[in-house]
Amino acid sequence: MKQRRRGIIMLASLLLATTLLGACNNSDSKKSASGSDKPYIPVISKGFQHQFWQAVKQGAEKAAKEFNVEITFEGPENESQVDKQIEMLQTALDKKPAAIALAALDSKAAIPYLEKAKENNIPIIGFDSGVDSDIPVATAATDNKAAAALAADKMAELIGKKGKVGLVVHDQTSSTGQQRRDGFLEQMKAKYPDIEVLEPQYGGGDQLKSTDLAKAMMQANPDLKGIYGSNEGSAVGVANAVNELQMGGKIVVIGFDSGKQLMDAIRSGVVAGAVTQDPIGIGYQAVKAAVQAIKGETVEKNIDTGFHWYDKNNIDSDEIKPLLYE
Amino acid sequence: MKIAGKGISQPISSKQTGAQSGFKQKLLAFASLIILVIVFSVASSNFFQFSNLVGILVSTAVIGVLALGATFVIITGGIDLALGTVMTFSSVMVGVIITFWGLPVPFGIVGGILAGALCGFISGLMVAKMNIPPFIATLAIMMVTKGLSLVITGAKPIYFNDDPIFAKIAMGKMIPGIPNTIIIFLLLGVIASIILSKTIIGRYNFALGSNEEATRLSGVNTVKWKIVIYTITGIFSGIAGILMASRLNSAQPSLGTGYELEAIAAVVIGGTSLSGGVGSILGTIIGALIMSVLTNGLQIMSVAQEWRTVIVGVVIIIAVYADILRRRKQ
Repeated sequence: MKQRRRGIIMLASLLLATTLLGACNNSDSKKSASGSDKPYIPVISKGFQHQFWQAVKQGAEKAAKEFNVEITFEGPENESQVDKQIEMLQTALDKKPAAIALAALDSKAAIPYLEKAKENNIPIIGFDSGVDSDIPVATAATDNKAAAALAADKMAELIGKKGKVGLVVHDQTSSTGQQRRDGFLEQMKAKYPDIEVLEPQYGGGDQLKSTDLAKAMMQANPDLKGIYGSNEGSAVGVANAVNELQMGGKIVVIGFDSGKQLMDAIRSGVVAGAVTQDPIGIGYQAVKAAVQAIKGETVEKNIDTGFHWYDKNNIDSDEIKPLLYE
Repeated sequence: MKIAGKGISQPISSKQTGAQSGFKQKLLAFASLIILVIVFSVASSNFFQFSNLVGILVSTAVIGVLALGATFVIITGGIDLALGTVMTFSSVMVGVIITFWGLPVPFGIVGGILAGALCGFISGLMVAKMNIPPFIATLAIMMVTKGLSLVITGAKPIYFNDDPIFAKIAMGKMIPGIPNTIIIFLLLGVIASIILSKTIIGRYNFALGSNEEATRLSGVNTVKWKIVIYTITGIFSGIAGILMASRLNSAQPSLGTGYELEAIAAVVIGGTSLSGGVGSILGTIIGALIMSVLTNGLQIMSVAQEWRTVIVGVVIIIAVYADILRRRKQ
């Protein structure tokens, strides 16, 4: 008896929940259907929790306001959730948007959906790592390989073009992770024969893990001259490690991206400097390109959003400051 | 491990063999730890150095404290999947109290512990009172706390730069050369061990895991004690959150996912049985140390990272299977 009653209660609450959800969905679709006055552009990023993505979002919102379009900004929780991102892409397609901006976690996995978008004449704009396919009409992205090569040049310059250096990379499967690793490695190999580069370590961008990896790296190589951290979390982790082992000034740390902790570390001199992208520009350019594509205007195929070196001398300059986020 | 409850007659026999096999497992685990340390020391001269050993202990602390807490629920035959995100949620609450509200550090510490305790209490309530399976109840809490951390912080880290004392909790050195986080971890280990082996909470903890029905029939308020045990686990997660926030000098809302599995792995390597009734704090500490010695040592030996993950996985299988084999013999 008791069990049956519980079953009924559960069934009832389930029904209630689905009706409520259904109601929400209805109002949602009504909104986008009736909201024909404003073109709808879903922006699907590779994340949303990270500061970087918040800055991209800021840029996208700026463009949305300027060009009078409606956007939504979403992304999976971490850069390995390819499946979640595909679901988001599917949902976005179902809403029949005017265009889609996408930073694909896995381009190949996304291709069937992109083809579907193409069939329905929905232009796709790639941003950040972009989409590895012919379908996107434009891609707004940083040239990560060239940016990482700049990091390698700076590292070489600061350690006197000779000695041992290490890398703490945020990811070994995503294209930004690979490009920022390979750009650094290739530049070192091509231009600096006297620099020995250790096996890259991968910390998932997790500060705590990156700290421990960098610490063990320094322990294993007492003659280490410098470490390059390939994104904010990795670079902050490396800076933590240097602080914890009191190696400040003895190890050259080069970072990537920005964020308050990394900027503080640069100001205090623990981190020599970092390469920054222009995240606000990426978001802005992606939405702008989408708007142009909707209007049928010609769009530049590869929009380079640029990268810049910054250290404690130019961190507050007019050129760099707007690119950094706290 | 003389925990066998004297008050309850029925589950005693099973518990005593449990205690014995626990002792053997601990010995085995401890021996493996020593062997690992010796192997790595021979393989690389950079391994057995004071600063590296301190580094290993520091990197054990957060997962270790989570694992200490997890030992309690796992001994009841339950599980807590919310360990990592409750930790994160607690660190966020510490940030809210210290940075947003501007209150002094001790308030933040108490608040962080209370936040963890509250999450544990709610998990316990769901498991004991509402009869939701622990896996599901704590999975739900995992999602709720993960989401709340992001909502509260607006997906941005909270920094503790205003108060330099906060960073000292984990990385300050009351004893020269040894960061506080290590001392706190070991101290918590002692406290957890006392709770588990010397108090009524520990006694009922084992009784619940060996035979919940018999425990209930012998007049123990199993609902109440289960809630107490989940709350204890929550408190440990809260403390882990404080240690993590202090070490990073910031509360990172997106951290913590996956930490629960590492903590559970440490508990299991340490000989605590996932089916409940058997386990020890010392085992958990050794288990956590095995994990971090392995990670550190393999890195120092320049084993590629992909392979390090594979090796840790294999070690878990070996540890658990060795335990099963030995228990079957008995």
